[in-house]
Amino acid sequence: MDLALIPKGVQRCSLKTFLPWTLLWLAFIAWGVVSAFFCLYKGLNQTNMNHYFAFGLWIVFDLSIIALGAGAFFTGFLTHVMGGIFIYPYRENLKPVVNAAVVIGFICYSSAIAMLGIDIGQPLRGWFIFWHANVHSMLTEVSFCITVYLGVLTIEYLPILLSNRKLSEVPEFNIFGNNLHHIVALFAAAGTFLSFFHQGSLGGLYGVLFGRPFAYREGFFIWPWTFFLFILSAIAAGPSFTLLCVWVTEKVTKKKLVNRDAFLTLGKISGWLLAVYLIFKIMDTVSWIYGVVHRAGLSFMDFYSGPYSLWLIIAEIGIFGVIPAIILITPRLREKNTLLIVGALMNIIGIVLNRFVFTIQTLSIPVLPFESFMSYFPTWQEWGIAVGAIGYGILLFSLSYRYLSIFPLEPELSPVKIFGVSVKDFGVVKGG
Amino acid sequence: MVPFVFEWEWDAGHLIFMGLLYMVLGAISLGMIYAFIKTWLDLKDKT
Repeated sequence: MDLALIPKGVQRCSLKTFLPWTLLWLAFIAWGVVSAFFCLYKGLNQTNMNHYFAFGLWIVFDLSIIALGAGAFFTGFLTHVMGGIFIYPYRENLKPVVNAAVVIGFICYSSAIAMLGIDIGQPLRGWFIFWHANVHSMLTEVSFCITVYLGVLTIEYLPILLSNRKLSEVPEFNIFGNNLHHIVALFAAAGTFLSFFHQGSLGGLYGVLFGRPFAYREGFFIWPWTFFLFILSAIAAGPSFTLLCVWVTEKVTKKKLVNRDAFLTLGKISGWLLAVYLIFKIMDTVSWIYGVVHRAGLSFMDFYSGPYSLWLIIAEIGIFGVIPAIILITPRLREKNTLLIVGALMNIIGIVLNRFVFTIQTLSIPVLPFESFMSYFPTWQEWGIAVGAIGYGILLFSLSYRYLSIFPLEPELSPVKIFGVSVKDFGVVKGG
Repeated sequence: MVPFVFEWEWDAGHLIFMGLLYMVLGAISLGMIYAFIKTWLDLKDKT
């Protein structure tokens, strides 16, 4: 039925197979919609957030998907800016994944902004932050940058959308899509600028909390060290997330979609950036112990006697930091497919843990003499919004994969064969 | 926020922060205007 929409030279499953696949994700979205309704109609009392935990699951999730969505800006930067203007030897290796990275980035940022719309409680007043901007606030900077960057990602997504087989038959769409594609370096550069600052400001947000010694950091000029650490960790995790998403798509579709060089390049970039990040992160942790903590009259273990104990820092920096960095920077290990995927997954878990620590652990630690350690667990409504975002992401990625050419090498790597003859002119639907 | 609203102050913070924002918005807008005009010209050539 939808054969006319399927890109040329590729094979997709039948609608009978595709529709049940979408049902699960639609159920996730339905849970999200019901949760959103409760939160907007009854208010934020539907959540377990309180005066201690002003930030909860949604902010952990937002910070994580924004970091994982960094693959879009960083891959775009290396391909279109570094590769187009300067010399970047791996440009050709990244080209097969750049469209997928844009789609993933668009999904991450659009779902993050949708979640923030619920989190602010009264989305109708969301525009206040833009009009009554506090220019000294890290959060204002984040709001401005993620909103504008979502606009940039929409512009980058447009040529991919307009390349759809049916849409590209309309001359206006086809020419407009091509013209946008010709100046993609401009949008990639704008995206890089915006991403650099909002990824950093998300870290800066915690680093400036001088009343909370667990998060507070010294820094350079107006930026605490967490500003730079968040940028580094995001560009280390982003390519790993892109790698993992493409690998999962290959496994689900049972097709080869990108060449091996693309996987290895993403793994290598991720590994080296993770290694650099870890060096600075360890230096930052040591200087924090002997600097901020010491001056606050506390000891390192004072922060780890509550519900979020020492295992978190061991997991974040050791298990899900050092181990994936070693795997991804060692060519012999990286070249083994299983280890490459395990390394990328561990890298992602490490960065998500980092965002969890900065959001939840920071707020759980007492800062006044009469306070004690607090713990937080989200309600079903909070989980619902997060699960809804996951459902939306997988559904949009599935639809993009089915109807758009997000993997330009697919017709070459997984040719469609009818009676043993490769077909390049028509999209094909597999029966069953 | 724009310079003619009552909260605006002519200080370095406002100039740098809002200046950079409007610079990026300007670059993105120029790119879009270029793509629209180029499309219009290309379509005119085609017909």
